[in-house]
Amino acid sequence: MPGGAAADPGSQALDAGGAERLLATMWRIRAFEERLEPLKRSSMVHGLTHLSIGQEAVAAGVCTQLRDDEPVYSNHRANGHALAKGVDMGRLLAELMGRADGCCRGLGGSMHVVDVAHGFLGATGVVGGNLPFAVGSALASRLLGRERPAVVFFGDGAAQTGIFAETVNLASLWQVPVVFVCENNGFAEFTPRSAHTRVERVSDLAAPFRVAARTVDGNDVAEVHRVFADALTQARAGGGPFLLECLTHRLSGHYVGDPGGYRAAVEDEAWRARDPIGRLVRQADAAGWFDVERSRAAEEAARDEVEAAVAFALGSPFPDPGIPAELTYAR
Amino acid sequence: MSHVIPYIAAIQEAIREEMERDERVLYFGQNMATSPEDPFLKQFGPDRVRVTPISETAEIGMATGAAVAGYRPVVELYMAEFLLVATDQVVNEGTRFHFMSKGQVSVPMVMVAGYGFTAGWAGQHTGSIYGMFMGVPGLKVALPSTPADAKGLMTTAIRDDNPVLFFQNYLLLLDEGEVPDGEHSVPFGVADVKRAGSDLTLVGTGYAVRTALKAAETLARRGVSVEVIDPRTIAPLDVDTILSSVARTRHLVLVDQATRHSSVAAVIAAEVAELGFSSLEAPISMVTALDSSIAYSKPVEEFVLPDEHKVIRAVEASLGLAPAST
Ligand SMILES: Cc1ncc(C[n+]2csc(CCOP(=O)(O)OP(=O)(O)O)c2C)c(N)n1
Ligand SMILES: [Mg+2]
Repeated sequence: MPGGAAADPGSQALDAGGAERLLATMWRIRAFEERLEPLKRSSMVHGLTHLSIGQEAVAAGVCTQLRDDEPVYSNHRANGHALAKGVDMGRLLAELMGRADGCCRGLGGSMHVVDVAHGFLGATGVVGGNLPFAVGSALASRLLGRERPAVVFFGDGAAQTGIFAETVNLASLWQVPVVFVCENNGFAEFTPRSAHTRVERVSDLAAPFRVAARTVDGNDVAEVHRVFADALTQARAGGGPFLLECLTHRLSGHYVGDPGGYRAAVEDEAWRARDPIGRLVRQADAAGWFDVERSRAAEEAARDEVEAAVAFALGSPFPDPGIPAELTYAR
Repeated sequence: MSHVIPYIAAIQEAIREEMERDERVLYFGQNMATSPEDPFLKQFGPDRVRVTPISETAEIGMATGAAVAGYRPVVELYMAEFLLVATDQVVNEGTRFHFMSKGQVSVPMVMVAGYGFTAGWAGQHTGSIYGMFMGVPGLKVALPSTPADAKGLMTTAIRDDNPVLFFQNYLLLLDEGEVPDGEHSVPFGVADVKRAGSDLTLVGTGYAVRTALKAAETLARRGVSVEVIDPRTIAPLDVDTILSSVARTRHLVLVDQATRHSSVAAVIAAEVAELGFSSLEAPISMVTALDSSIAYSKPVEEFVLPDEHKVIRAVEASLGLAPAST
């Protein structure tokens, strides 16, 4: 499981090995999505494809610290979260191609990836739709006496939904182990955050509910890792909810093929200089952990894994057209 | 005189013309003014064309308040499923306001909702959920299938003094068609005979009108004359036009992309069974989506949905024809 979720990594400070694992995870996400884009454009992948290129540090910094029984909920931009949580790349791609060997048999697709075995409890296509699921998972874990935190990823756009406020309030009231991870990329679809709210930081929304919160540089994987590690340690120890806001930027469109007109206002160049992979390599170099050669090797390994995933997915048949009765209602 | 434009352009044309005609028409939505070049923003300014956050409940409720104050808001909700987040506002607030206030207030607003993106958008974005709203007292529901009807129904929706839920079909957005020049409105509660015929009545709803017309065309080549009716609004629903057609053809097949028990087809079937039973020479047949979520994968998506072949099979069965080999 290269770069995937580990059995019980604990939450210690980043070292050379940890940094390498984050590097590998980010490269896997990057390579996967860079390959996904042409597959989508040539209609090998259908439906809607949301890429997270540029935002990989958040998925990597968070998911690689979680155990399989610590669930992650995701949103429409789910590929990175899924891969970092341990979902098999071939099964993920097969799902996006609507194939029978997809992790949901091609029934769910890109906005509905679920892999219970790895604690990836799924994406949603409705903004904010699954925020309270995480509180329910955390409550269940509390009732079972396990105190396994649940994590839910959401975008800055989701913070304007009513369900967000309801959910944070409930998590606070019951002090359950949930970590809300906001990927603040400054946009909701084609609309800048400033057109949707006057609240500067999503973390500002936590204080009135007395939920601890931090805003970090979401393109600095070491920082995301460190702050999330603390949140996780606290939550595992019964410390209740936490909100982690990661400031980041998606380097591609809202979805593959979006009109893009709004991107004139997007400072892609400035953000490219803050690419999370390059940042980590420079930090690792300075710390004497590894150099750019190691990064090239990780990239190559990731691209090989992607090609194997493509072969696997292409080799998988489409599912039988019927709807098995056992899927309409659970029995 | 007419001009040929896509379905989506026809809707925009109606909104633009109504905004020009009536200063009280406002336009709200989450991506409403993405750039200063936005044509609505440019023409009508930021007071009347407003960006809203991802807050469907507040968007619709706020529009209700503005409507009560005399404005005529149009709320663009994009995917129909997003308004499910705000179901209370759609079903149980503004829609009841007029009645429960003894008519002291009225709520002239339009909610625009796209449905049926059955192109791999999967379970949460592909539903044909209009049927869920046709029994909501106080709410009118428009379901156009052509650019001309789309423009005409939007014009009427904006001028109506009640909340109107306007469903636009995602797969029809770019379909072109003739739209009458100048002011064009289509009355609510008046079905349109899209194709005249004498052997069987085929009623389609929204996108399924296209499916019905394709099937009718194929059947015509075999000498079967099918009448295709489009109700155009499902609340109010013009049952009379369907009844008088069935009185002539004596056979009724209904096509609807909605799940069977949440379909307009089920309502029409019940109406005709009660009011037109003596006309019928064969059981009414409903060709609907299966009662299932719509899958992402193409073959399973297709399996669930009605299509031309399923309609033709139903017509053959109703008329007692031998199935044509396909
Ligand atoms: C309830 C609801 N309203 C609207 C949408 C349409 N929509 C899909 S993604 C999106 C933007 C979400 O922005 P954000 O939460 O910041 O996530 P990002 O796409 O930036 O990762 C919107 C408005 C939706 N899916 N659900
Ligand atoms: Mg965003």
